[in-house]
Amino acid sequence: MDRLASSDYAPPGGFLLLDEKDNILICVGSVPSGALVEIDGALVTLPVAISLGHKIARFSLAAGDKVFRYGLPIGTMTASARPGDHIHQHNLASDYLPAHGRDAAQQGADQ
Amino acid sequence: MIEGGERIEAFQRADGRKGIRNQILVIYLVECAHHVARAIVTKADDLSVQLVGFPGCYPNSYALHMMTRLATHPNVGGVLLVSLGCEGFNRDALREAIIASGRPVEQLIIQETGGTRRTIAAGSAAVERIKAQADLAERVKMPISELVVGTICGGSDGTSGITANPAVGRCFDRLIDAGATCMFEETGELIGCEHIMAARAITPQLGQEIERAVAKAEAYYTTLGYGSFAPGNADGGLSTQEEKSLGAYSKSGRAPISGLIKPGDIPPAPGLYLMDVIPDGEVRFGFPNISDNAEIAEMIASGCHIILFTTGRGSVVGSAISPVIKICANPETYDRMAEDMDVNAGRILRQQATLDEVGEEIFAATLAVAAGKPSLSEFLGHQEFILTYKSFEAVGPSCLPLAGAA
Repeated sequence: MDRLASSDYAPPGGFLLLDEKDNILICVGSVPSGALVEIDGALVTLPVAISLGHKIARFSLAAGDKVFRYGLPIGTMTASARPGDHIHQHNLASDYLPAHGRDAAQQGADQ
Repeated sequence: MIEGGERIEAFQRADGRKGIRNQILVIYLVECAHHVARAIVTKADDLSVQLVGFPGCYPNSYALHMMTRLATHPNVGGVLLVSLGCEGFNRDALREAIIASGRPVEQLIIQETGGTRRTIAAGSAAVERIKAQADLAERVKMPISELVVGTICGGSDGTSGITANPAVGRCFDRLIDAGATCMFEETGELIGCEHIMAARAITPQLGQEIERAVAKAEAYYTTLGYGSFAPGNADGGLSTQEEKSLGAYSKSGRAPISGLIKPGDIPPAPGLYLMDVIPDGEVRFGFPNISDNAEIAEMIASGCHIILFTTGRGSVVGSAISPVIKICANPETYDRMAEDMDVNAGRILRQQATLDEVGEEIFAATLAVAAGKPSLSEFLGHQEFILTYKSFEAVGPSCLPLAGAA
């Protein structure tokens, strides 16, 4: 995989770093579970499949850590994560408003 | 070259504005008149004869203001009002405003005309007369600087904020450089962006108004229990309201923000405007905008000739009155729904185009549609329209620093 850079986009199947301050990467092409991904020079095995537009952890994250995208905060971790882990509503919550699912009772449930 | 606007042959309106379409609106003033109005439009079998309306029987000053702005929009050449007869809508005020705008207008009251079939027949004849008069509108050249363009995102996903939205931002920057007026909206979808947005305001007082508007949106949605975040947003990889917001925010480009407007306010000078769509006062009437077309109608009421609509999951909607150009953020969605998408911004993720190139493509598509080319949603017959109850207070003077300067 090419080196990640904020100024250009990674190839299909790759992950995109939008800002040097970000602690997550954006998937720009669906990647299967078990795929080897290079994150900041280290090889990481993806524990789950990641779809286009979804996020993975760039660094080890702890509950309470702010998550940054575009260099700006998009919420707070509610659980820990290792590099390559899927970052979504099961471990990331808004600092403003709850998100809702099709069944509002499942709000915040794992995808 | 379209650059100077030489190819935009517009319709001159009496208020000085120019239209890029010459639509005939058939307006039902209560749901009880909907069927009759729809039958008149269906019989006309003409994409420029369009149906809009207001379903409620109780009067609402926001709805009257919106409908007045829409019926006198520069893209509208004439109007037929269809009233049941007993509803609360102030049809006289609406009709007088349309007459004052110099447009042909007729009115049918179903209870006086003698029921369904007679009103449909009378309406069909009226539409023919109105259209014949509207066809006489003077045609004039329209420079880019007189264009008003709005943007909205719908069905956003994790790609929206890295492809289609920043590409629309590039297009907005070009339009504003050319002297045009642009607007973005939904302060509830800008929660988390209030401080960076306030820093772009042309005065500190306007910046404070923007922060207040976003705080109002947050309080409103908190009371309702949900933010403007749909299940499909999460399916597409967005996790939080502020993540969605930051992606949506990039549609605004980099120009300074010249003012904060509310639905139906016409920007007083060219530049970039933020529309506050969240009602004022206590929470009432339910969700501020029940779906994307409510916001599209509000931007059109504020004068938009064209709407740039970005989508990741794949929205198909268009609008009555003003053409909607669809910019698809997600290359997988584009592969499935290419017939609905005017621009494939997902190419950026496949390294087939840069943000600047897609921005340029959106700019070119905007000018082509302004010059008369139908957008895909327009060609496919999409003419969605929603108008519901709301309540607003007028904006204060610090929201529009350029008012009076233009």
